[in-house]
Amino acid sequence: MTPAQSRGLAAALACLGLGALGPLPAAAQETKATAAPPPTVQADKGSALYGRPDGTGAAKLAPVAGPPLPTPAAKLPLDKLKVADGFKVELYASGLANARSMTQAPDGTLFVGTRTVGKVYAVLPQAGADGTHEVKTIASGLHRPNGVAFHDGALYVAELSKISRYDDILKHLDGGEQPQLVTDDLPKDEAHGWKFIAIGPDDKLYVPVGAPGNIQLPPDTHAQIRRMDLDGKNAEVIARGVRNSVGFDWNPTTKQLWFTDNGRDWVSEDIPNDELNVLTEPGKQHFGYPFCHQGTFTDPEYGWGHSCSEFTAPAALLGPHTASLGMRFYTGTQFPDAYKGAIFIAQHGSWNRTTKLGGDVLVAKLGPDGKVASTEPFLTGFLQDNKYAGRPVDVLVAKDGSLLVSDDYNGAIYRVSYAK
Amino acid sequence: MRGLAGLFQALPGLAAASLAGTAIAAPAADAPVPERLTACVACHGAGTSASEGVPSLGGQQGDYVVTQLFQFREKQREAAPMNDIAAGFSDDDLRAYGEAIATLPAPEWSGPPADAALKERAQAAIAKHQCTSCHGADLAGRDAIPRIRAQREEYLARALSAYKSNARPGYDPAMNEVAQDLKDDEIRDLAAYIARL
Repeated sequence: MTPAQSRGLAAALACLGLGALGPLPAAAQETKATAAPPPTVQADKGSALYGRPDGTGAAKLAPVAGPPLPTPAAKLPLDKLKVADGFKVELYASGLANARSMTQAPDGTLFVGTRTVGKVYAVLPQAGADGTHEVKTIASGLHRPNGVAFHDGALYVAELSKISRYDDILKHLDGGEQPQLVTDDLPKDEAHGWKFIAIGPDDKLYVPVGAPGNIQLPPDTHAQIRRMDLDGKNAEVIARGVRNSVGFDWNPTTKQLWFTDNGRDWVSEDIPNDELNVLTEPGKQHFGYPFCHQGTFTDPEYGWGHSCSEFTAPAALLGPHTASLGMRFYTGTQFPDAYKGAIFIAQHGSWNRTTKLGGDVLVAKLGPDGKVASTEPFLTGFLQDNKYAGRPVDVLVAKDGSLLVSDDYNGAIYRVSYAK
Repeated sequence: MRGLAGLFQALPGLAAASLAGTAIAAPAADAPVPERLTACVACHGAGTSASEGVPSLGGQQGDYVVTQLFQFREKQREAAPMNDIAAGFSDDDLRAYGEAIATLPAPEWSGPPADAALKERAQAAIAKHQCTSCHGADLAGRDAIPRIRAQREEYLARALSAYKSNARPGYDPAMNEVAQDLKDDEIRDLAAYIARL
């Protein structure tokens, strides 16, 4: 045991100040005050942090995962959340640590994936006396099971590099069932490896494979969206140049795939924007990464020799670093007519920005031509004094036409409803 | 292998502490160890660990401690005997341990400082892999990102190797991502230098 006599209160106090201020504790006086990098050394390109410039402003920014423990219901930020007149926000379910992507069975049972805690939850459809819904853990010990999709009685769960199917899931909500492997023919990179999945109107499974880092020339196997038969066979790439999509849905009118894409980091506080994209010609379109971002901005390193006109431009820009994740078309009838066919988009909120941006739910309304006519905030209040009180991950139009919103920071699901 | 041996060495100490019901390591008089941490400090020390393979906990970020105890409890991170110890912890226990451990005095390196050649190599590796981007310029961490300065050398080396092989899945995948590019000699240099900060 190292003698403790030389430490004591002074050292403890110095230590407490370290996190915020960055001075050295007394013991390290022999070494130079900082591990600051010499400016000429660059990171390997596989690193998620590749591209960070030198300088104290940039050094203050880093992604920080939310807590592994859910916020108790009484401490949820419900009183801070804001919606337009006529709408209301209430708690749907709490206690789902790290609640991420959602899917719903026809009976109203909601399934929720996670990224950091290895669990998949089921939220029962019947509300309890307090109006909230009971949560069951149907699987645990999985590796970043972010993606869930319900189809024909089965639940498809996407882990980092593996997709499994839980048959007849509604009869097995107490867990313990062995799933069937759908495919594990997927890259194993941790960077942008967690997945949103969904099953399209063509009864095929859609699976994104993100770029394995911030900015790089990706291998042919990455920065794309694939689709495959429900048994994992006949996989094909349907969209390229997609850096990291964590949410998509099909336009109920055109049946075309719309998806969000997270723009690169470390170019600037203010560019590039995250994108909302439309796939009109499966297999033929390239959406720009790593050559062109936000449809207008050639990459400072990889853009040389290219023009943004070579690539499919986004349908809408969603703000810089806002982490635009889950999105769904509004197919319900509960909300006013203005919301019919509109797109709700969950924004997790930025980390790569000094003044945080995002951390809300947007609504993108389409014009008569089917193009995005406006984007505006719909549910706000998660961002308070440049700190997150919650972080939306996914949105889902519930069977009754209300909108469910998952929050992985608090481990909760909120319900937005409308009453005249 | 040395790391594993260290873990097993830790077990008798833990048992002794449990049986006797007292702390083996006496805390400094003016920084009493919270009662809750009596068993912890038996192996981990009252801030600075003297046991091979057992990390120092002093000044550790409370949010990080919560993530690790959670991973032990859920068996996401396997490291005997911590999985058994954490198995019965409630969420409130995790929060309370996180808060208490953060109050222990930060670990200190008591030997000679890193020599100039090691320092140069390690600082180049720190720059290349951007350790300070998340862990801070002084490597003391923030929020759920751990303090690593003055951590035990063999523990740092084993952690980096385990992130690289994905044997240790991070609570967040950031360390698994950045460790992919680490060379063995970089791991050796980083561990040696950061332990001596």
